[in-house]
Amino acid sequence: MTAAEPVLQVDGLRVRFASDAGAVAAVNGISFALDRGETLALVGESGSGKSVTSLAVMRLLPPPPVCEVGGRISLAEAEGGVRDLLALPEEAMCRVRGDRVSMIFQEPMTSLNPVLPVGEQIAEAIRFHRAASRRVALAAATDLLERVGIPEPRKRLGSYAHHLSGGQRQRVMIAMALACNPEVLIADEPTTALDVTVQAQILELLRRLQQETGMAVIFITHNLGVVAEIADRVLVMYAGRAVEEAEVATLFRRPLMPYTAGLLASVPRLPEAGCKGREGVRFAAIPGTVPDPLALPSGCSFHPRCVHAKPGLCDSEVPDLEDAGPGHRVRCRRWRAIDGS
Amino acid sequence: MTPPGTALLEVEGLRKWFPLGSGPFARLGETLKAVDDVSFRMRAGEVLGLVGESGSGKTTLGRTVLRLTEPSGGSIRFAGREITHLSRRALRPIRQKMQLVFQDPFASLNPRMTIGRILAAPLIIHRPELSGREREARVAEALALVGLSPGHAARYPHEFSGGQRQRVGIARALMLRPDFLVADEPVSALDVSIQAQVVNLLLELRERLGLAMLFITHDLAVVAHISDRIAVMYLGRLVELAPAAALFGTPRHPYTEALLAAAPVPDPARRGARILLQGDLPSPTDPPSGCAFRSRCRYAQAACAEAVPMLREVRPGHFSACIREELALGLPR
Ligand SMILES: Nc1ncnc2c1ncn2[C@@H]1O[C@H](COP(=O)(O)OP(=O)(O)OP(=O)(O)O)[C@@H](O)[C@H]1O
Ligand SMILES: Nc1ncnc2c1ncn2[C@@H]1O[C@H](COP(=O)(O)OP(=O)(O)OP(=O)(O)O)[C@@H](O)[C@H]1O
Ligand code: SF4
Ligand SMILES: [Mg+2]
Ligand SMILES: [Mg+2]
Repeated sequence: MTAAEPVLQVDGLRVRFASDAGAVAAVNGISFALDRGETLALVGESGSGKSVTSLAVMRLLPPPPVCEVGGRISLAEAEGGVRDLLALPEEAMCRVRGDRVSMIFQEPMTSLNPVLPVGEQIAEAIRFHRAASRRVALAAATDLLERVGIPEPRKRLGSYAHHLSGGQRQRVMIAMALACNPEVLIADEPTTALDVTVQAQILELLRRLQQETGMAVIFITHNLGVVAEIADRVLVMYAGRAVEEAEVATLFRRPLMPYTAGLLASVPRLPEAGCKGREGVRFAAIPGTVPDPLALPSGCSFHPRCVHAKPGLCDSEVPDLEDAGPGHRVRCRRWRAIDGS
Repeated sequence: MTPPGTALLEVEGLRKWFPLGSGPFARLGETLKAVDDVSFRMRAGEVLGLVGESGSGKTTLGRTVLRLTEPSGGSIRFAGREITHLSRRALRPIRQKMQLVFQDPFASLNPRMTIGRILAAPLIIHRPELSGREREARVAEALALVGLSPGHAARYPHEFSGGQRQRVGIARALMLRPDFLVADEPVSALDVSIQAQVVNLLLELRERLGLAMLFITHDLAVVAHISDRIAVMYLGRLVELAPAAALFGTPRHPYTEALLAAAPVPDPARRGARILLQGDLPSPTDPPSGCAFRSRCRYAQAACAEAVPMLREVRPGHFSACIREELALGLPR
């Protein structure tokens, strides 16, 4: 294993769901590489396939025929070489999941066991992957709860998920995901339910853990403020495709895909001192709606909402992902024209 | 409809205490004061933002105001009527006028019902005189309002992403054309382009329908845009209440200052220049004496431990519960 080798590489990932109304192509050929210690932010419209991408990496999608997954997901091995997670038998995947690759889920309430105290749940994860006694595992669980900022962790070991506030539940989820010091952590909207002081602490915590362990993080969020705080690189998704990828500073300074530019414009910002208050203020919103995955627009999926769209050009073929600079890729037929304007 | 500007909601000394009786880790007779002595008023058509730490009691306050959770003390008046002790039956016509958008869009939608049926359900219960065709039209209209297409009515919740489900939750709350909405983190699950649309939509609804809103969120930037006034909550109590511009321009409570400092700045060049609030959130069952924030407050003095500071009007319309009124707070921006 060399440090330069990505710890995780996703190539041409495709995910299709069968539904009564037809097949939904939730992910349409996503590729990215994740280096050790790196934070890659996945951002994009709701329904763009961010969660499905991470569930595919975790191998937590339903089996065929409900859901078909294609492509390669390579996890680097300690001895060198890689193994394709998609080709792994479920038993072997069980050993990887929660140990080498773990995930913080978007919905804490549906992923915590309602009838098991949270301390037991964390301890169980530790005992499954490490031969630890119940006592040692519970002590480790107390430690983890403290590290994620749960007050009086020892007392909270016996709490049930429904006794915790939304933010406390999310912190328990984070503690559980960190239990085995994973090499890759997938965090699906991990701070969305948290208020800013705790969010700032959690981001700091993830940064610190990353420095200590060299853990790589895939950070899914719709908060571009958080992206600016934590990401090294950003992958912007739209309707199941990567539409732009760049270093974080480049993306904020020079967004090329009109969707990315629209997103950046619609970020709510704290008012500067001396503002007049709410009256008359409207957000800059991207017009239109998320495309129906059963009836994706032809050509560039974003063209019906795009202010730069040209009929005959943007609606005919899916644009390629083109190189637009070092580490900067963009999927837009008109990026050169837009960049120059 | 209540005329704009008149008092729509009057909350006095509201309490919700949870007894923590059972379980091997609980001490007997412990209570958790999720909402403690909270008073505020809202005018018709007003948007009051409610922000605060996770676990500070925002959801409990919102639910108690709607009588979805029974209060332990205090009073709630809605449109001039005392509703604190009304029976379920007597409450029913009032319920139509006060609706909740849930924090968790996953738990709140029945997985076995189509979106169309979920949206039609409140109409069937409260507006039985509507014909099937009229109901369908109202469902289509509500879907369009929240940026979904009429075709979505035939689909099931599991076929939607998180953000799409939250929009269904908002549409459902609007079905009965309420006067008052408690929106509990309604846009937190949405990505920004849609967040902006939904916030704009809520603002529009407020102007068109005179919809008053208690807007619960942890996103200060969102609340800044949508609220007339903002209330800040810490461990069950309101610590500051002020017009939005005053709260951001000249905060008067150290906790508000800490909140503003922690907000992420959407600019990678300004990364990490942040004062992190130190210390853990104290146990809600055993908060510090006096000012509950004093264990994390960088301005705390001995006197802060003595008595719980009351909300006081420090400037016209600007209330703060900090004894150190002389502090010049704000942000180095
Ligand atoms: N179990 C499923 N069956 C059918 N379709 C599904 C299923 N899960 C997801 N989808 C579809 O796949 C697409 C991608 O969904 P996904 O949950 O990955 O979105 P997302 O980018 O995470 O959105 P959000 O920001 O709202 O969480 C959506 O169109 C969604 O409707
Ligand atoms: N049914 C209950 N029994 C016991 N304690 C409860 C119950 N419901 C809420 N609590 C506690 O009351 C406090 C306030 O919870 P609440 O959910 O109102 O907070 P919140 O401000 O909405 O937090 P978040 O931002 O995380 O959603 C928390 O300490 C919580 O653990
Ligand atoms: S390809 Fe066309 S429609 Fe798509 S983003 Fe670029 S300009 Fe807009
Ligand atoms: Mg998702
Ligand atoms: Mg809440």
